[in-house]
Amino acid sequence: MSSIMKATTDNGLLLPVPDQDGAPFWEFAARGELRVQVCGACGRLRFPPRPCCPHCQSFDSAWRAMSGRGRIWSYVLPHPPLLPGYAAQAPYNAVIVELAEDPGIRLVGNVVAAPAAALNSVDTSRLRIGAAVRACFHEIPEGVTVPRWLLERP
Amino acid sequence: MASLKDATAIVGTGQTAFAKRLDDPEKTLACRAILAALDDAGIEPSEVDAFASYTMEETDEVEVAKSIGAGDVTFFSKVGYGGGGSCATVAHLAAAISTGQATVGVAWRSRKRGSGKRPWTDVHAQLPTPAQWTRPFGLLRPADEIGMLTRRYMHEYGVTRDHLFNVALACRNRANQNPAAMMYERPLTREMYMTSRWISEPLCLFDNCLETDGALACVVVSADRARDCRRRPVYVHSVAQALPTQHHGMVNYWNDDPLCGPAWTAARQLWKTADITPDDIDVAQIYDAFTPLIPLSLEGYGFCARGEGGAFTEGGALEIGGRLPLNTSGGGLSEAYVHGFNLITEGVKQLRGTSTAQVPDAATCLVTAGEGVPTSALLLRS
Ligand SMILES: [Zn+2]
Repeated sequence: MSSIMKATTDNGLLLPVPDQDGAPFWEFAARGELRVQVCGACGRLRFPPRPCCPHCQSFDSAWRAMSGRGRIWSYVLPHPPLLPGYAAQAPYNAVIVELAEDPGIRLVGNVVAAPAAALNSVDTSRLRIGAAVRACFHEIPEGVTVPRWLLERP
Repeated sequence: MASLKDATAIVGTGQTAFAKRLDDPEKTLACRAILAALDDAGIEPSEVDAFASYTMEETDEVEVAKSIGAGDVTFFSKVGYGGGGSCATVAHLAAAISTGQATVGVAWRSRKRGSGKRPWTDVHAQLPTPAQWTRPFGLLRPADEIGMLTRRYMHEYGVTRDHLFNVALACRNRANQNPAAMMYERPLTREMYMTSRWISEPLCLFDNCLETDGALACVVVSADRARDCRRRPVYVHSVAQALPTQHHGMVNYWNDDPLCGPAWTAARQLWKTADITPDDIDVAQIYDAFTPLIPLSLEGYGFCARGEGGAFTEGGALEIGGRLPLNTSGGGLSEAYVHGFNLITEGVKQLRGTSTAQVPDAATCLVTAGEGVPTSALLLRS
């Protein structure tokens, strides 16, 4: 079975299932780049990616590199019942990060102590709305790379 | 322009028992609820010529129609987005009947969510597009997705866990008056709430709706026909569906104002086509899959100003005798969670004067569908 068809990693975490619009995000992530779709006509960033610009209706688009800096917009601490791979690390954090380039571009992710650390590797008392974070990348075993977030002031 | 205002009425309601586990399959439960609603209305099943339900409903119109003995069916419709479609089922029937496409409509929902699988546990299903941006990071369940908005809401507007408790308590108190409610004999205290386990912090166990097996249905006919039915008609005064600009579903994180949800859009349409205002509403049945949806909806539907939904819940405002008695059957939090259909039938009971927690002389009721997803709403009046 190819990695594309697998739903979860060996330790039970869900793999992203990209659609055609989203696939470039994951391809750039695999190279360690955080890029967001930008309109080729009016220059507005948009997320999630989609075929055309909701502001000017242009189908031209590109993928612009982001600085990887942002702030926590909100977060939750999930507890069981959860899928087994997540339950094993619960409570962990799931955060929304608003990007420095455009606070309207918000990415869901995890704040971790190091790129390869567990989802529960940061003391939850360190998390607060507004905390500065920066992107890092972690290759999960099936050849898929996900962006993760490190606290600027751990 | 043609108007739906008071052109149709709900003349029958039916429901099964509600429980964590019922033996009957969903199709059987659907038939039982629908036949009970038709009996309540005094209308023969052979007169039914319209159906409306949810896209998530597993029993289709063909199965229902041939089982209950419906006549020739000339209108059928299904509405998407889970609980967001509840009120739209009635709205679609009202539109069909008031424009002459059908005469007797049945809306229903049957679901074995108590004993069946949880949708979020399916790791192989083709997931909607946003899933790639959320689920790999462990944002798995509706409670996680709404929890994210809840923490932001608490941060921006000073909403507290006590405000959320006020919601949970009002629903539980009403359930304690309702023998059909799953939580009929289970009172809730503040201590129980504050010490309960987290589901997705900031949401605890009691911020989450129940998991229920059960089914409900209602019957919609024209206002003219309604006057000849067995029960006092409950008129469909105003209806709305709402998919706001740049809305993203339950993971509504990518527009300018994620805390301004579909309720705001539904409300504008609902009040615009109504003769009444929020001040005129005697009782409300507001979709309560999660407690924070109540203060958010109170803001959206115009019962208070932006950011004041938490404060609105103070001082017993949501209790019987309060400013806006809420979810008087116990709602999804404490009666049954059947994608909000019990909120519709309870609205009808209030306006018939037959609720187990009757608001004296209730003549107007707001019913809402799932907030946080493309939604719908009804204004009912007696
Ligand atoms: Zn553009």
